[in-house]
Amino acid sequence: MATATQTVRAESFRLAGLRRLFGSQEAVLLGVILLLFVVVGGINPRFLAERNLESILQGNAYVAVAAIGMSMVIVSGNIDISVGSLIGVLATVSGSLAVAGAPIIVSWLMPIGISVLVMLIIGFMVAYLRIPSIVVTLGMLSILKGGLISATGGKWISNLPPGYNLAQNELLGVPLPIYFMVGLTAGAAVWMRYSAAGRAIYAVGGNAEAARLSGISRERTLMMVFAIHGMFVGIAAILFATQLSVIQSTVPPNLELSIITASVVGGVSILGGTGTVIGSTLAAVLIAAIGSSLIFVGISPYWLRAVQGTLILLTVLADLLRRRRRTARR
Amino acid sequence: MQQGSAGEAAGIASATGGPPVLELTDISKSFPGVQALKGVRFDMRAGEVHALLGENGAGKSTLIKIVSGVHRPDQGSIRIDGQEATFASPLEAQRAGIATIYQELLLFPELTVAENIFMGHAPRRRLGAIDWPLMRAQARALLASLDIHDLDVNQVVGTLSVGNRQRVEIAKALSQNARILIMDEPTAALTERDVERLFAIVRLLRARGVGIVYISHRLEEIFLLADRVTVFRDGEYVATKRVPETDRDDLIQMMVGRRIDALFPKFEAPIGGPVLELREVVRKPTTHGVGFTLRAGEILGLAGLVGSGRSELAHVIFGITPADSGEIRLGGQPVSIRNPAQAKRLGIAYVPEDRGTQGLVRPMPLKENVSLAVLARVAKHAFIDRAAEAALAAASIRKFGIRASGIGQIVNKLSGGNQQKVVLSKWLASGPKVLILDEPTRGIDVGAKAEIHRLMSELAQQGMGILMISSELTEIMGMSDRILVMREGRIVAEFARAAATQEAIAAAMMSSTVPMALAS
Repeated sequence: MATATQTVRAESFRLAGLRRLFGSQEAVLLGVILLLFVVVGGINPRFLAERNLESILQGNAYVAVAAIGMSMVIVSGNIDISVGSLIGVLATVSGSLAVAGAPIIVSWLMPIGISVLVMLIIGFMVAYLRIPSIVVTLGMLSILKGGLISATGGKWISNLPPGYNLAQNELLGVPLPIYFMVGLTAGAAVWMRYSAAGRAIYAVGGNAEAARLSGISRERTLMMVFAIHGMFVGIAAILFATQLSVIQSTVPPNLELSIITASVVGGVSILGGTGTVIGSTLAAVLIAAIGSSLIFVGISPYWLRAVQGTLILLTVLADLLRRRRRTARR
Repeated sequence: MQQGSAGEAAGIASATGGPPVLELTDISKSFPGVQALKGVRFDMRAGEVHALLGENGAGKSTLIKIVSGVHRPDQGSIRIDGQEATFASPLEAQRAGIATIYQELLLFPELTVAENIFMGHAPRRRLGAIDWPLMRAQARALLASLDIHDLDVNQVVGTLSVGNRQRVEIAKALSQNARILIMDEPTAALTERDVERLFAIVRLLRARGVGIVYISHRLEEIFLLADRVTVFRDGEYVATKRVPETDRDDLIQMMVGRRIDALFPKFEAPIGGPVLELREVVRKPTTHGVGFTLRAGEILGLAGLVGSGRSELAHVIFGITPADSGEIRLGGQPVSIRNPAQAKRLGIAYVPEDRGTQGLVRPMPLKENVSLAVLARVAKHAFIDRAAEAALAAASIRKFGIRASGIGQIVNKLSGGNQQKVVLSKWLASGPKVLILDEPTRGIDVGAKAEIHRLMSELAQQGMGILMISSELTEIMGMSDRILVMREGRIVAEFARAAATQEAIAAAMMSSTVPMALAS
């Protein structure tokens, strides 16, 4: 490389690098989060109390973790709208196992295995049977949601054994879910960016035909994406199940939409091919922070949905403008 | 043929007097990087069939798009019945009485014959409701006037044969009172029987005073059907002749012309042993028993018209659509190629015809596109060696003279020629023994073209076997050591470099078997 880079070119590299840094979705999100903290903290300083910031992150880490998998699925050119229902089912399975006296580690790991299995089934239908993922996961959503309500009768699971509540633990004064969120995001980001398999996801999502002609199997790549997504969803479900002393058989309504919102607002193009998991995690944090800040400035939390919707539209609009500028310059 | 004698008389009358119904003069049109038309002219009288002839890329399509209001000319005038006209949209051209029947028919497959014919101008009742019985009756009458009695107007178009769909398109054109009908390769996808019926309809329309612009590569059809013929070459007007005053050789001569090209720096390369051999390779419905041998250091040109099965043959060799039967040998070893990944491992590279949809991942930066086919090689323990990848991309930029801001540039922002170089770099990174190039220089500027040709020569000198598909005869002639001609899924002729003439190649590309029954 050194031979090819003349001073001029090196200069333009650096400029492009700077522009990419400040023009990136990740930088924008970070800026917006900081701005939010400054503004809301100015109105109500209690918002910035350590306990509150911690609880924002702790309570929503599982959304960010699920959004990691979701981002991979969307980058590959697909979508999963069954994820909210699946998290509900997995949480119930986990709690039931624990209450029934299974070893706690089993009640944590078993749901992750089930989740991978379910996603492999979805992946098979999408990759090999070529059914659009929105249709497959819509079907899966109904099956899981219906099955869950029938099986539990809407009852909550309580009397969980001691030691079960993984998400309530702290390490060095920081809640465990935050470690999960940060660690998994960093790991996934590195893997997406630097591994051959991660590159294949971008290639398949960016242009499946060109990827196939380059010798990258669309089918195998998609199976891998859904399996990994299943793992993240499983972990998210455990973080969700173990954060309270009871497990509700109903997950937060429209959880899948919150997760998809995090991905899209995080800069993952709904058309596939671009986006990062760092963006989706930052977006998950932003959305959680907005939800909390509404309370602190005295706005009804019901507005959160509207705020989420606005964020999605703004992001998609910005993406559109960026694309248009890109094509116009050609 | 059931032509009414009155219609016949009217046709003759209108073909003789009055100004041309359509007159184009000095039309020029350029697109980024290409001048598609350079001051061409074309005219059309009522009741005549005027054939438009030229090689792929001669500018025929651009001309019909200008006449039908899709493109606007950069300069020149369009006159309808002697009146200056400008079309801002296809709709305005339609209103002026111009209808176009494209090769890929533009019908709504889910709707019925009657609905398709009257799409956009269905007869209405008061309050704006569609008058269904009237619409069906009018559709029936229209079809009957074309001597079509076997088509149910209530049938859904998607269930019809190609021939029937084309008849629906013609009826649709007439329902808009078209006086000028443009037909782009109307017989390309038709069976013999449908060709006969099409000819009958064309003659019927001519007798009624409709002017027909007829585009076809089948020279026989021109002699059977057309009154006059105009030839374009490389976007330029060559000549217009009355059909009885010309012949086949004359037309081919006009189409290919005599051009000397200094553009193609073809170096002599030592020809080695066979690297790729095909025997009786079949893939229905596009490849029918193809056999040839490609040797190391050889550039084998594959000529043929669009639709002759050249790209499809490349797809068979590269495993995109694996062969049904036959034998493929690589370096003397029989192989079975089931998918592109396998073809790549065997040392075959395929640079596809369509860069955008098949060659590049557009949102990705240059370096990632270049390394896409060799990910396994630039990766260490599943992770990509960024330094190796950057070195590969930088080397490609240097070697191919790719004009990019850097290895991190998104490929979407590159020009066509530079994009093509990226696709080439990607495949050459895989170190192939056999390189298949499908229209390697289509739509790219002259400078980039010469660079790609120089590169091809160098690769051949290094011992690579190159199969080059091209619709440009000059490119085929300039670059190839040997030339194969394909037609209808078969190889129909082979020429050594020294023995090849443009006329001979063009004749092999175009000769076809029109049934004797059609001669009227």
